[in-house]
Formats: sequence, structure tokens, C-alpha cells
Amino acid sequence: MADSIYVSRLVKRYGSFAAVKGISFRVKKGEIFGFLGPNGAGKTTTVHVLTTIINKTSGQAKVAGFDVSKDKEKVRSAIGIVFQDPSLDDRLTGYENLDFHAIIYGIGKDERKKRIADMLEMVELTDSAGKLVEKYSGGMRRRLEIARGLLNKPEVLFLDEPTIGLDAQTRRHILDYIKNLNKKYKLSIFITTHYIEEADYICNRIAIIDHGKIVACDTPQNLKQKLEGDAAIVKLESEESSNKLIAAMKLEKFVKSTRKDGLNLYVYVKEAESAIPKIMSIAYKAGIKVTSVEVHKPSLEDVFIYYTGRTIRDTEAESNERIRGIMRSRMR
Amino acid sequence: MNRNLAAIYVLWLRAMKRFKRSPSQIIGSVAMPFLFLIFLGAGFSAVKFPGLPPDFSYIDFLVPGILGMSMLFAATTAGISLLWDRQFGFLKEVMVAPVSRLSIMLGRTFGGITTAFLQSLLLIIFALFIGFHIVSIAGLFVSFGFMLLIGLVFISIGLILASVITDMQGFGLILNLLIFPIFFLSGAIYPVSALPSFIRYVTYFNPLTYGVDGMRGALLGVSVFPVWTDAVVLGVTALVMLALGAYSFSKAKAVA
Ligand SMILES: Nc1ncnc2c1ncn2[C@@H]1O[C@H](COP(=O)(O)OP(=O)(O)OP(=O)(O)O)[C@@H](O)[C@H]1O
Ligand SMILES: [Mg+2]
Repeated sequence: MADSIYVSRLVKRYGSFAAVKGISFRVKKGEIFGFLGPNGAGKTTTVHVLTTIINKTSGQAKVAGFDVSKDKEKVRSAIGIVFQDPSLDDRLTGYENLDFHAIIYGIGKDERKKRIADMLEMVELTDSAGKLVEKYSGGMRRRLEIARGLLNKPEVLFLDEPTIGLDAQTRRHILDYIKNLNKKYKLSIFITTHYIEEADYICNRIAIIDHGKIVACDTPQNLKQKLEGDAAIVKLESEESSNKLIAAMKLEKFVKSTRKDGLNLYVYVKEAESAIPKIMSIAYKAGIKVTSVEVHKPSLEDVFIYYTGRTIRDTEAESNERIRGIMRSRMR
Repeated sequence: MNRNLAAIYVLWLRAMKRFKRSPSQIIGSVAMPFLFLIFLGAGFSAVKFPGLPPDFSYIDFLVPGILGMSMLFAATTAGISLLWDRQFGFLKEVMVAPVSRLSIMLGRTFGGITTAFLQSLLLIIFALFIGFHIVSIAGLFVSFGFMLLIGLVFISIGLILASVITDMQGFGLILNLLIFPIFFLSGAIYPVSALPSFIRYVTYFNPLTYGVDGMRGALLGVSVFPVWTDAVVLGVTALVMLALGAYSFSKAKAVA
């Protein structure tokens, strides 16, 4: 079975500036693959190359089995896309935007009506379908674009920061819908995002991209495990017992490292749940009194910091600025 | 339905809907030719140009020129709308559609032509009120043909420029620099024969000259060249421009 997306040593240069510096990855059929990275990492550039919007500089890229440079039209008919930046005609109504899209994709009249009605329902725009898009709010426009991207039942769906600017409820609603489509039709999805929870929630695999390079690529679970692993946070009664327990832990093979934080002792292990009984029995044998134990699972946030040297919040502060920019241009 | 035909149809339909919904655009595009018609018509009605048959009024002479102007302006409208679509992102949506670039270009062209044609019809109706005579219905229809050809030529030019130039100001500047000489050196408001011979040669390289001359031949029965010559020259130019337009459009950027 061919990969839904196959990318090998892909390079995209704007003049002398390389926005994408030789990335390689594959997306299997039916997979939800996430691109997580800070501003300017090269996410949108990658999406634009894969969707034939811009030409690559070098390397190879195939979507749905077709070369993005040689078989543009075949790639185009196999994909659906939700762009990061606005792409609606705001002098048309919401319905017309969908209808025109469907006509161009060769969907017959009855089928068109049915699908549009379904999509409008999904994004909760049924009541506003007859309004001109210039009267839509930023979030309504985003939902309309998502509906449009799904209308032609693509084999591979590209979503470039699809939930940017949406409220939490709508975001969750749309993510669940996307997940559902993925399950039902084995739809392959390439999604870029700033939201770590979102990537964690929806993606089968994630690539972390920074400065045009993929710095890590794995399942969310594996990415997290590659870090320090889980921490068992053991709360002790005194400084002295803390030191005693550290000494005891150093002898144990299942312990990766320890870190003291006041009376809390962080014991880093592969998996905290199975380590806690062992820690408890060691402490008991050494006569150390434990007040409480807590499990800390590493988050994707930790992974992001580890690989990019920044918290997503640093990059989010900038991106919020940008969201407002986008919203302004959407409001126009 | 074939996807390419569907794309042409949709882009045409889109142009119609937008046209219908923006009365200001209609008024704005008709205003300039309309003012030219009124002011020139009033100002020159008493002036006798050499070479103009005695039994025609200046209005009769002027109307084909003004119709040419109105079709010429379609170049600006078509170009601006392409730049606009690129600026506000809709062009991306069109460019990822699984259809040929040619059909996208044709869809836009037909949309632009229809719009300009409807505006020109409005001008003809105005003209009837200020003394313009339609001599024959057949001639009127032939002149419609010329209007469409003029539209094809200049919309293609507008799309070529908008494919190459990506900023609005640059586009506006260059297009105005082109459009006004084209208009004044086409015989639209005075006979080409009134020009010094050196400039007259320049007018022979101007497609609008043949368009306006053809329309005069069809509407009034007087023309510098035989009407069929006008038709052939303009038709061939239209084909060449269309091909060039399709080529540059296929190279056009989808994002700003
Ligand atoms: N048309 C262009 N010309 C020149 N440089 C560009 C162009 N488009 C993007 N870039 C640059 O390429 C780099 C990658 O941009 P890209 O839009 O792919 O980032 P991104 O990961 O999508 O970021 P964001 O999260 O902000 O959307 C940036 O440094 C950007 O400035
Ligand atoms: Mg981006």
C-alpha cells in the first residue's frame, strides 16, 4: 500500500532563505499526522508544497501516490485543504462558497445539496448559510472553510492550523469530527498546529519541526517516553530521610535519576505506576517515612521544550499577535 | 459535467453574482465612459472633423469609440480582481482545484467580458437618449461581436500584467500608462486621419483601432479599413493574447 504522503529530503528556498531544509517523513493511509512547531518553522511552506500551491526547490514529495510537481492535477483531485490564511470569497454567501467548490469538483446536483446540508450542520452554520461571508465572524469563516475542505471527500486532508481562533467548544467539536472521519473513511490527515493538547489529542504521530528541520518524529507516547520518563514524586518528612532515600535509589536499576525539590523527591523512572510499589518497599526497609506519593507524566509541552529550547507559550505570545492579524484581515 | 467546463461556468457565475451585488462597481465602471460621451458629445458637436461623412453627427461617430473604451476598461477590472483574489486568499482556493489553469483563465475572462458587455449595453441605451441612431439591427449585432473581441484582447492583457506584477500600486500605474495612449491613439474620439502621419502609424499597431473602426463600419457603414479586415486583425490578436494570457496565468503565483 502506497503512503498517503511521502516526503524525502524536501527543500524549499525563498531566494537565498531556506524555509524548509531537507525534511523527510511518511504518512501512512488512515493516519493522523501532526506538524508541531513554533512560528516560522516551515509548516505552512510544507503544506503549500504538498498541495501544489508553490513549487519545491529540491527533494521528492508524493501525495496519494502522485508526484506534487509532475502530477499536480491528480494530487489536487485527491486532497482537501483548509488553509491557514483566509481563502473564502466574502462577497458570496456561505452556501455559494460551498456550492461553487462542489461544482468545480464535479459533484452532481443532488449529492451536492445533501453534502452541503450535512457539512453546514456539522459546523453549525445552517442558519447563516444564506448570509454573505463578509458578515461572518472570524470563527464562522473558519468553520465554513473546514466544511469546504471536506466537501469533496478527499483521500488526504490538509489542515493548516484549522482551529486557530475558535473557542474551546467548537475546537473540540471539530477535532472530534475530524477524528471520526479519519476512523470512518480511513481518511489520512496532515495537520499543523500550535496547540500541544490538540496534537496530543488527535495525532497518531507527530513531527516537531523547528527552523525548517524535523527535530523529532514519533507517536505522542514515544516522544514523551524518550524524555526523562515519568516522575514519582515522593513527599518525605525531613531533609535527612530525603538524603537517605536518594542514596538508596542510586543503587536501583529502574531509577533513571532523582531530583530534590524541598521535601519532595522526584524519582524519574520509565513508568511511575509500577515503580511506586518498589520505591515504597525500599523506603520501608530503610525505615524512611513517606507522607505521600504522586505520579507526574511528562507532557508534550515538556517534549516541545526539550527539542526546540522554547516553551510553546513563548511562541504562542507571538502567534496570538498573528491570530489577531488574521482575524483583522478576516473581518476586513 | 466536465470539471474544466464546470470551473469556467463557476468562475463566470461568480463574476455575475459579484457584479449584481455591487451597484457601486457598475456605476463606477460606467461613469467614466458616460462622462466622456456627454462632455465630448456636447463639446465637439459643432466641430467638423476632416474625413467624417457630412450626414453623421459627432455622437454617431463617438459612440463606437466610447464602447471601445468601456471594453478597454475591462482590462483594469479583470486585473484588479485577480490581484484582489490573490491578496485576500481566494485565489489559493481556485488554484488548488483539480482543473486546468486555462479553464480558470477562461472563466475569469468570460466573467469580465460579460460584465463589460452589460455595461456597454447600458451606455448604448444612454446614447440613444442623446441622439445616437442605430441604423441597422444587423450592424448592431456585428458591433457586439467587435465588443467581445476587444474585451478578449484587453482582459487577456490585464490578466497577463496581474500575473506578473503582484502589487496593486505597480499594477495600477503600469496599466494606466498603457490604457490612456491606447484609448487616445485608436481613433475613438477623433478620426485617425486627423493625426500626423508619424502617429498614425502607431495607431496601426493598436488593437483598439481595429475594434473601433470595425464597430463604425458595422454601425455607421463608414470605416477606414474593410470591416472584415478589422475582424480578422482583431480576432487574430485576441487568439494570440489569449494564448499569452493562458501561459502567464499558468506561471502565476497563487499566494502573495
Ligand atoms: N513568500 C515568502 N517569501 C519569503 N519568505 C517566506 C515566504 N513565505 C514564508 N517565508 C518564510 O519562511 C519561513 C517559514 O514560514 P512558514 O509560513 O512556513 O512558517 P509556519 O511554520 O507556517 O509558521 P506559523 O506558525 O507562523 O504559521 C518563515 O521564516 C517565513 O518568514
Ligand atoms: Mg503557518
